[in-house]
Amino acid sequence: MNLSKVDNIIQDYKGNPSSLVMILQDIQEELNYLPEPVLNHVAGKLSLSVGHVCSVATFYSSFSLEERGKNVIRVCDGTACHLRGANLLKDEIVRALNISEGQTTEDKLFTLEVVACLGACALAPVMTVNKKYYGQVTREKLLATLEKYRQKDSCVLSEPNDSKKTD
Amino acid sequence: MDMIKTTIDGREIEVQRDRWALEVAREMGIEIPTLCHHSALEPYGACRLCVVEVTKGKWTWLTTSCDLPIREGLTIRTDTPAVIAARKTALELMLAQAPDAEEVRQLAEQLGTKSPRFPDRNESNACILCGLCVRVCKVVTGKMAICFSNRGTDRKVGPPFDRSSDECIGCNACVDICPTGCIESRDEAGIRKIPMLKTELKLADCEVCGKPFAPIRQLEHMQAKLREKFGDDFEAGCICPVCRREQTAARLHNVAEKIG
Ligand code: FES
Ligand code: FES
Repeated sequence: MNLSKVDNIIQDYKGNPSSLVMILQDIQEELNYLPEPVLNHVAGKLSLSVGHVCSVATFYSSFSLEERGKNVIRVCDGTACHLRGANLLKDEIVRALNISEGQTTEDKLFTLEVVACLGACALAPVMTVNKKYYGQVTREKLLATLEKYRQKDSCVLSEPNDSKKTD
Repeated sequence: MDMIKTTIDGREIEVQRDRWALEVAREMGIEIPTLCHHSALEPYGACRLCVVEVTKGKWTWLTTSCDLPIREGLTIRTDTPAVIAARKTALELMLAQAPDAEEVRQLAEQLGTKSPRFPDRNESNACILCGLCVRVCKVVTGKMAICFSNRGTDRKVGPPFDRSSDECIGCNACVDICPTGCIESRDEAGIRKIPMLKTELKLADCEVCGKPFAPIRQLEHMQAKLREKFGDDFEAGCICPVCRREQTAARLHNVAEKIG
């Protein structure tokens, strides 16, 4: 485990213990999840108790303590999306990837998370893959999107523009 | 010191501003049930049993009294139907969360809540998630050898990451403070075991009688704390409470003889 990256992140926040959540976010961004040894390391560096870091890291659902797939799919099941069939969409993903909520595919390509409102209700039902938004998702659109990510990961890894953008 | 007037259950008294309503009411002899309150710790507001009805001007609302600072113009009632109903609901929820907690069952019986409306979680559990253990650990060790993990219905208390923690000194503070007695600790063959925390610590032997009495790690922790206070060469000694009492008694006896 390369801890120097983690140390750099902690340095960015001047080792301030009240920046714990931000530090964990950045680490997750970097490593894709929060491995336990890293959390222990963070606790030591910030002079916080391991128990404190553990409570914080397990409290927020956006933190994952388990390794996640290369692509994280978030299906929205907020009010608007729910009314527009979010659970059908979720079922479809479950079927297509053969994983259930919170799980990761065996090839480590996809992780499925269900969240409440992605803040784009007008496009319901909404899902995101990594940071990219997909609105008014249909079965066809979903399968095509999944396929696209499968293809992409077999050749290039960079996503053209990762910012909030819809398809 | 700011003194203000307040009314609790129709009795007007003068109290220091910002004192906790629960403590003031109890001093007045008013009974308020609590499960997450301890006078040595900061209030936390977890069990919701200490709810009272507060009126200020036109507004009346229910709130926990353990963390309610008394301010100007508050009228507090501790026994209205709304208060009783809120306590019952809190107990029902607690019964569902911790069906094995004797104290919760007794309180529920007192208030006349027999069968909760909520299904219990089908697991034997006496933890009501009051956080007393977590808070006392922070005070005693300055760390969190026992902590909350997850949230919502998955919230639980245990050692960080469910692994035995280096920060646990085996002091048993969490064991003693738990209102439902769900943390077990036993000393066996020179080892202190707290299964819930996965703690197993070697006990130190008393210098005088040779019996094991306290975890070595706890004594080291205390030694370090005492040295902070009394200087680096302070030696606490490793004597069990019984022998220490004997020594002190003997010393007092000597003094008494000298004085004649
Ligand atoms: S409810 Fe789905 S984006 Fe708001
Ligand atoms: S004693 Fe006030 S909420 Fe528990």
